[in-house]
Amino acid sequence: MLLLKNISKAYSEPDGTKLPILKIVEFRVERGEQMLLVGRSGSGKTTLLHVIAGISRPDEGMVEIAGRDITQLSEAGRDRFRAEKIGYVFQTFNLLPGFSALENVLLGMTFTRNTTNVERALELLKRVGLGHRLSHRPNALSVGEQQRVAVARALANKPQLLLADEPTANVDAGHQQQIVDLIRETCREEEVALVMVTHTPEIRSQFERVDELSQVNLVEHSVA
Amino acid sequence: MSLWKIAWRSIQQRSLSSLLTGLSIALGTALVVIVLVVYGVVAESFRDAAQGYHLILGAKGGKLQLTLNTVFHLSQPIENVPYSFYKEFTEYKDAQGKPTRGKYASAVEVAVPYCLGDSYHEFRVVGTTPDLFNKLSYGTYPDGEPKYYEFSGGKNFSADDFRGAVIGTVAAKKTGLKVGDRFPITHGLAEDEDAHVHEEDAFHVVGILKPTGTPNDRAVFVNMEGFYLIADHVKPVEKTTTLPQNPEYQEQANRLQLVDKTLQILIANGELDQEAKSQVKKVESLLSEVRKAFVGEESGLENEEEVSSASTEVGLPSAVKAADGPTPLPENQREVTAVLLLLKNDVFSQILHNKINEGSVAQAVYPSREVAQLFEGIVGHIQTILLILAILVIIVAGVGVMVSMYNSMSDRSREIGVMRALGAARVTVMSIVLLEAILLAVLGGVVGVILGHTTIGAFAPVIADNTGVMIHFLELAPATGFGGWSISPELVLIPALILLAVFVGFLPAVVAYRTDVSRALSHSP
Repeated sequence: MLLLKNISKAYSEPDGTKLPILKIVEFRVERGEQMLLVGRSGSGKTTLLHVIAGISRPDEGMVEIAGRDITQLSEAGRDRFRAEKIGYVFQTFNLLPGFSALENVLLGMTFTRNTTNVERALELLKRVGLGHRLSHRPNALSVGEQQRVAVARALANKPQLLLADEPTANVDAGHQQQIVDLIRETCREEEVALVMVTHTPEIRSQFERVDELSQVNLVEHSVA
Repeated sequence: MSLWKIAWRSIQQRSLSSLLTGLSIALGTALVVIVLVVYGVVAESFRDAAQGYHLILGAKGGKLQLTLNTVFHLSQPIENVPYSFYKEFTEYKDAQGKPTRGKYASAVEVAVPYCLGDSYHEFRVVGTTPDLFNKLSYGTYPDGEPKYYEFSGGKNFSADDFRGAVIGTVAAKKTGLKVGDRFPITHGLAEDEDAHVHEEDAFHVVGILKPTGTPNDRAVFVNMEGFYLIADHVKPVEKTTTLPQNPEYQEQANRLQLVDKTLQILIANGELDQEAKSQVKKVESLLSEVRKAFVGEESGLENEEEVSSASTEVGLPSAVKAADGPTPLPENQREVTAVLLLLKNDVFSQILHNKINEGSVAQAVYPSREVAQLFEGIVGHIQTILLILAILVIIVAGVGVMVSMYNSMSDRSREIGVMRALGAARVTVMSIVLLEAILLAVLGGVVGVILGHTTIGAFAPVIADNTGVMIHFLELAPATGFGGWSISPELVLIPALILLAVFVGFLPAVVAYRTDVSRALSHSP
């Protein structure tokens, strides 16, 4: 499903020097597999997710998703691929404040070549337990509810890969497990590969596969 | 979800800012609409003011002054021309009752005389004939059909009702005159404290005109026959009303006639003593000799005795009153200030125009041409300046939209980053920002058009009361030529606003295009 090979990415410093962020020989995720990515702050977890999602381009290497090397696509091509094949759950939910819950999910469908599927959006929101909050805007939803809308939005286009960047970071402890369970369950039902990034130790033990991302190299697998 | 909806949601999200920028565009648009409609109405009013006839004839002098007197009832009349000159354009019965045709009558459909110099309150009084309202039109409808005078009350005065009068709609409203009312007219301007009011020669209102949107709404029209019967309007008797045709002595005769006239007026006003009066006799004698030498049968004075007796007739004869009603003033004691000519064929206008201007008695002007020059020379410039100012207001409002949107882009970088992360291409987010600008401009424009027309509608009664110009609430600015098409400028307004929106929205749209997604997503909300 997902294959990264010889990836390197560095940021340019103001003084012109390069700050290496990623150097990955190989990283692979199988279809339907759910894995956890852990690392200390600044280790490049978000950067890696951005490279996988095609939001940023690696300086070197290949990113293959569902058999397609997205590093060979133009930026517009990567944008379209991301819309159709990849779901993204942000740390801070990133719901658009002017849109209702339903509209935020529909927004996830807007940038594909397919027509908007309102029934799919309704079904997803019901599945995440928000069938009665369709017209509520984010400021009228609790933190947990907002994250559930974000999960529904990420799955709107039936992606083959879901990337979740610390989805529980801004959720209170009482609801964190609910969010994780929701993400894992819906991915399982939809046969979506999952790469989740988190700091939370309690979640670490729930995944069969946990990878640690050191400052520069990808460290050995750690089986929980 | 369409990009239009996303754009609309963004506008709603910043409702106060959007409202203010939309309002500024609306105000600018309303101003443009008002200027355009008023411009068109004023232009139409100017055009209509001089419609319905081909030529205006009057004494030699300024063309513009003659037009202002006759068409707009402004300024002072230049001078008068002999009544016999007017008759050259009419068919009439001679002294023996035989039907006679004036020299140019065969080319003329209608010749309407104007006698000016009096007023009622601030409104000019025009002595004229019923033909003005019975036979002349005052403009044309959009389909080309002529507009004929109609009466909101009463009817036109008849030729034998010497004291009959018709009042323009604005004059009637301002003075309070109604059908049946009697009113005196004032010699000269009514506001002049020394002006003489002809109390004893009152007229009665027979009809009140419906609004025409022309200066005739602000005038009082009286039967010319009654106008002549007023003492001040009687031309001193000269015994001959025709002028020598010999060009060699024509100028001398003209000078003598002017001197003679001046002296008569001075005598009437009591400003000349006995010695001066004797000089008058000498001038009249000279005048008679000139005529006798160079005018044969046309001269009214055939011998010395007649000359002598004529020279003793100084002072103004009083109006003649018949026992059964007024007797018309003899024609040799009449003058007219102007004649409106409607010709049987447009071709005649150039011929007559040249013929009359070549003569020494009068001049002929094309009223529509003079009005157009007046409009373009003065009024048109003012209107253009107002229009430019109004457009500048819209441009300033557009700049306000640009500044507002540009400043909001830093707050919206995360929102744009999210859309990009969801798969929106750079061009897509750029388009959304442009659509926001377009929506603001169009909505502001529509509100502005409605606001402009509502304002016009609210002030329409005031404008009608004061000027006679009728403006309808839904009246679009008159169509103008544009690339071979004739289209109202208002219909171009919204497309122009869309273009402006694209222009002012471009900079914020570029900011959205260039948003770094990673950096935008890393910003704390």
